[in-house]
Order: sequence, then structure tokens, then C-alpha cells
Amino acid sequence: MDRLNGDPPDGRARDVLPDGALTVEPSTGRRGTAIGRRRVLHMLGLGALAVSPIPVVPELMRIAQSGRAAEPARGTRPPALTQDGRIRQWTMIIDLRSCDGCQGVGGPPRCTAACIQGHLAPEPMEWIQVFEEELPGGGSRFVPTPCMQCQNPPCNNVCPVGATFSTPEGTVLIDQDRCIGCRICMAACPYDRRFFNWGEPPVPPQARLADYSAEHQVPARKGTVMKCDFCPDMARAGTLPYCVQACPNRAIYYGDLEEDIATNGRAVVPASRFLAENNAFRWKDELGTEPRVYYLPGHGEAVGRDAFSPGRAATEWPWTEIVEGAETWSR
Amino acid sequence: MESMIQWRTRLEETALAPVRRTSKRYWALVAVLLAVVGWGLYAYSIQLRDGLIVTGMRDRISWGLYIATFVFFIGISHAGTLISAILRVSQARWRTPVTRIAEFITVVALICGASFVIIDLGRPDRVLNVFIYGRWQSPIIWDVLAITTYLTGSIVYLFVPMIPDLALFRDRLTGRTSRGRAWLYRTLAIGWNGNAVQRRSLAAAIGILMILIIPIAVSVHTVVSWIFAMTLRVPWDSALFGAFFVAGAIFSGIAILIIVMAILRRSYKLHEYVTEKQFVYLGYLLAAFAAIMIYANISELLIHGYKLEEGADFHLRQLFLNDFAPLFWFYLLGGLVGPIVLMLIPATRNIGGVVAAAVLVTVAMWIERYVIVVTGLRVPLMPYEPADYAPTWVEWSILAGGLALFALLITLFTKVFPIIAVWEVAEDQEATIAPPHPASPAVPEFPAPVGG
Repeated sequence: MDRLNGDPPDGRARDVLPDGALTVEPSTGRRGTAIGRRRVLHMLGLGALAVSPIPVVPELMRIAQSGRAAEPARGTRPPALTQDGRIRQWTMIIDLRSCDGCQGVGGPPRCTAACIQGHLAPEPMEWIQVFEEELPGGGSRFVPTPCMQCQNPPCNNVCPVGATFSTPEGTVLIDQDRCIGCRICMAACPYDRRFFNWGEPPVPPQARLADYSAEHQVPARKGTVMKCDFCPDMARAGTLPYCVQACPNRAIYYGDLEEDIATNGRAVVPASRFLAENNAFRWKDELGTEPRVYYLPGHGEAVGRDAFSPGRAATEWPWTEIVEGAETWSR
Repeated sequence: MESMIQWRTRLEETALAPVRRTSKRYWALVAVLLAVVGWGLYAYSIQLRDGLIVTGMRDRISWGLYIATFVFFIGISHAGTLISAILRVSQARWRTPVTRIAEFITVVALICGASFVIIDLGRPDRVLNVFIYGRWQSPIIWDVLAITTYLTGSIVYLFVPMIPDLALFRDRLTGRTSRGRAWLYRTLAIGWNGNAVQRRSLAAAIGILMILIIPIAVSVHTVVSWIFAMTLRVPWDSALFGAFFVAGAIFSGIAILIIVMAILRRSYKLHEYVTEKQFVYLGYLLAAFAAIMIYANISELLIHGYKLEEGADFHLRQLFLNDFAPLFWFYLLGGLVGPIVLMLIPATRNIGGVVAAAVLVTVAMWIERYVIVVTGLRVPLMPYEPADYAPTWVEWSILAGGLALFALLITLFTKVFPIIAVWEVAEDQEATIAPPHPASPAVPEFPAPVGG
């Protein structure tokens, strides 16, 4: 008896139809249509190859709209250039010898507070967060942690829509107009530096006036990811980022690796020499993410902090007072 | 002995029965399922209004129940196509009464699974960005590609072998059913009349499809695992992940198939065709895959546990000793060891035992997906206290709605389409009675079940 699979195509057995096998329709006489059907069936089988990659459609859609995918995010401007026309490569150097987690001034870390105020960051976002890390031999140190602005950014690689992207200046930005909120970048970031607008973020009155740009991320948008943007708009205009300006101990340097220069607002240092002579390291360097944020080892000793005096004041957000009914959540 | 024609008529009547008669209990079931789906939709409307803040997810555990359920559904979608294709390729004859159900589970599970990804999005209104701005670098785009390909492929693979049965429905039901239905069967049967030419074409089409669908199915769950494995998270950092997920997918797929088979067998009185043999053979397959899963777990956990790289210590403690220990031990003992024990004991090597094993496996595999997603994200990356995650009522409601949708679609399907592959069962029967064709060597069957 005819078996569908694996039989050699000897044909003989297949052509003999025993009684009752399969459906018999009275219209079998129409030979011509039968061949037509056969064609249809053949095409169904062989055409599976052609039918299955229906997902090629997205690619075709993309080609049709080719301009759109490549166009820059709204509000991003051409990169900052050195005087001889080279693209600036923004960097941050954080001198842990001078960071005491603002124990000295009493109160929450100023860098975080200034960032929250400047970027109108919703609660509980701390784009630059001061972690307290235990030292291997006892005691602790404070580590201000902005986005590491990786040169091999795990978050960029996984983004399905290119909403997070690297700029020519070497920073990583997020276009909240494009982000679909899948949060795979948050799973991918090994530094816990990405924050999600779980609810409707508070939009203070001044934020409504802002022209949205991925370079400052104001106003925030529900259901999208945010993070430290390295303040490229301010740097281009010659102003230091909020966190650098606010540090009472001048622990944070911002600069340009292309011109090999960095400043904390008071001293100007040659970046590479400064890094080399002070044994700079990068956080989780072994992951190969190539961060643009460097640390100089220390635990606040330059500003008189005792490694065995733990604790810092909790970060505060002003939004519930400023914006009526502002929505907050926990991390 | 009854004649072939009588046997055949009875088979056709069994296949047609669900379409001809609908009991009150059926409508009651549909109403209940619709109510649960409606409740899920209500919960989702709240999430749409307020945002993902209504879930238990937060920045540190940023994926939870939705993504776990997505992985689970994509897993059980392997019930169908992969199992029926593999069994077809290996020419296991006992498969014939089972394949149609399996193939339909695939299509329905894919639809449900894909919707859970959209439910998880913070901005579902921008889902088309995936097509407008999609980048091939992203594992999510690999998933979109693989899942849509698989969905297209499995719809074709469901449809093509169903053509002769649709023709049967067309011939038997015309004039005895609504005009819309008659039109549906006439259209879908695409002029099938069962002549030799058509049958050869059908055989060719199925032959191509069943080979084609296997690599697609394997690729689907591989790329699902890569969503996790492509990140810098210790618990997910494993080259084994793709194979591990594929094995788990087939494993849970077999379990769901057994459960659906048992329900349909009872409701539609398929006892003559879906017999203990099918259950016990699928039970053996289940036990075999349980063994593969045990192997995969050992190699996965031992490699992490032996070296105890940063984070691995925390991870293994949360799995075996702390927060997730009850779930994880249930998965290991109930979901992996359990089915093997049930199939080893002769007293439970029957339909009841196999169904019990399948229920255990289904629950355990959902738990496994949940544990993989949540524990993977929970290992702290920076000096902070580990976060906690507890799904909210919104998440549970949407999960219930999703499961009800799965059951509902299968329930409705049984009223429209032939749930048994009539022509394949008939061929199988004829092949069993008739002496084997000299040109085709006898296909090695599974060993007869002891005590079965």
C-alpha cells in the first residue's frame, strides 16, 4: 500500500487506488484541473522555502524607508571638534581619593543631586550613583558611577531598533522617541546603569519648555529607558556636566581624549599622563566593554575620610513636592 | 472481523462527530475560557493605561513573568511541529492519530507566546519600530525572524497534511452545515479529490515541509535562549544555552501534547485511535528528554559551581538554598526525576501515570523558565542589596488570560477542523493489515510497552 514517505518512486503501487482509500470525489474525470491542483500542491511544498521567509518583509520595509533608519535621533547635533577639526572623545576621570560620598558636607551626594536637578531625572533614577564598595581588606570606599560610555557597549549591540546608539564622540545615547521599552539593554548592561520609566515620569513645568533631545533626555517619556548621557550638549557649549560642577571635592574630571586634556573645573590636567601616573583603572575592565570612565584608586583619603566610617545620606528627589501627583517607584 | 469499509466509516464518523454535535458542556467551557480571557484583557487595559508600574518588575529585575511565559509558550510550540516532523521522518507509525493535535498546539502556542512579548513592551504602540528600524545585530530581531518564520512554516505544515481531511469534511458536510462552513471547507480543500497525481504531490509537499520545519524549530528556541545568553550575566553565560533551551522546549512540548491528547480523547471519545500505546510511547519520549535535561542541568550547574566565579556563588545559593530553593527543587525532583520514575514503575506506566508525569513536567518547565529569567537578573551587578520580584495581580491575570486563550483556541479549533488525521490513520491501518511492501523495509517500531 502506498506510504507517503520514504518509498522509492516506483510509481506502480501508488497509482493503484484500493477501495475506500482516501476521499473519492465524483468530479475525478476533469483531468485538466487535476494537473492544475497538482501544480498548486507542488508549489505549496517547494514554495515553503519562499513562503516561510515572510519576515524578509521587514527588510523590504526598511529598504523602502531607507532614509529613516539612518537619520540621527531628534535633537542630536554634529560632534564637537577640536580646533584643528578632530572629533572630540569625551571622557570622565573620577578621583576616588577625593570622594567621601559627601560625608564631609553632610547630605546626599552632590553629584547625584545636581544630575537629578539638571536632567529632571524621575525618582528613583540616579544616573550617577554613588555606590559604597567594600574594600578587600576591610573598610569601604565610595564610587560615583555614571554610565561608563563603553566603546564596546553591550547595550547598543542588543537594541532591536537602534534606539540606543554610539555617537562619534564616543558616548552612548538613547532616543526615547524610538525606544520600544523591551528592556534588553537593561539586561545587557553589566553596570546597572540603565533606568526605566515604569510609570508616568514627573514632568516639572520647566521640562515642558525643553525641546526634546537624546542629548539631555528632557522631558522623560513613559515606558522608555534612560541613563547618564555624558551631557554632550553642555560640553559642546563649553560647560562641564552637572555632576562635575557640583562635586564639592572636585573629584570628577571631564575631558577630551583626542586633545588629551581633562578638568575638574579648577585644575587642567593632561589626561593620559594623569591616568598613567595615578594608576587609573576601569570598572569591570575584564569584560571588554572598554569604558570611557576611568577611576583613580582611593577611598576619600585626600579629603580626610576614614575608610572605616561607612554610610552616606540617601539620595532625594524633589519631584513629589514640585509636581503634583508625581509618580515614583523603587528601583 | 469487520471489513475495511466499516472501519473506515467509523473512523470518519469519529472525526466528524465534534463538528456535528456540540454539547452544553462545550459551550460552558467556552464561556468560562472567554471570561478568563476577558479578565486578562481587563488587566492588560490597566497596564496600558498606567504603564508597567502595575507589574512587580523594576530596574534590577526588569523581566519577569511575561518573558518567562513567552519562553514557556515558544517551548511548548515545539510540541507540534518538531515532534510530528521528527516522528514522520523516523516513520513511527503510532504517531498518526497524534500529529494533527500536535501541529495545532504549535500554531496556537506561537500566537500566545508572541503576544506575551508585546505585553512585556513598555511602548507597545511602537512595536512597528521593530520593522522600521530593526537591526540584525539584536537577538530580539533574530527572534522576530525565527518566530515569524516558524509560525508561517507551521501554519503551512498544519494545513498541507490536512487537505485530504478538509476534502472529507467538504464531501460529508455539504448541505448539512452552514453555508459559511461549506465554503470554508470547499476553499481550504483546494479541489482535492484523492487521485494518484494529487497524492503524489501531497507526499512530496509533506516530505519537503517536514524536513524544512526541523531546522526552523531548532533555530527558534536557540535564538530565544540567545536573548539571555548574549548578555554579560553570569547565570546566563553558557554556550550550552541554545541546546538546553531546545531540549527543554521539546520536553515541555511533549508534556502539553500528552495533556491535550488526554482531554480530547475523553471529550471526543477517541479511545479507539488514541490508545494507551500513544500515551506510553510519548511517556518514553518524555522520560528520555527528562534524562537529557538532567544531563544539561548537571553540566550547566557544575561548571558554574566548580569555579565559583563572581556571582556564581550567589546564584547557586539562591537556587539551591535560599529564595528560589522550593521552586528549583520542585523542578529538579518533580519535573525531571519524577517523569523518569513514573515511567520506570510498571504500575504507573499507563495513561494515568503518563498524564501525571506530563502535568508535573508542564508546571516544572514553566517554573524553570521563570527561575532562569528572574534569578539571572537577580545576581547583583554592583554593590547593592539583591532586588526582589513578586508578580502582581495584573501579571497573574494576564498569565491566566494567556493560558485561557491557548485553551480556547484549541477548543474552538476542534469544532471546525478535523482533529484526527483521518487519511493518515487509515493508511497506517491499511499498512498494518496489508503485507509490507517489498520495496519498503519494515520500520523499526518502539518496543511494546510492558504492562501497557
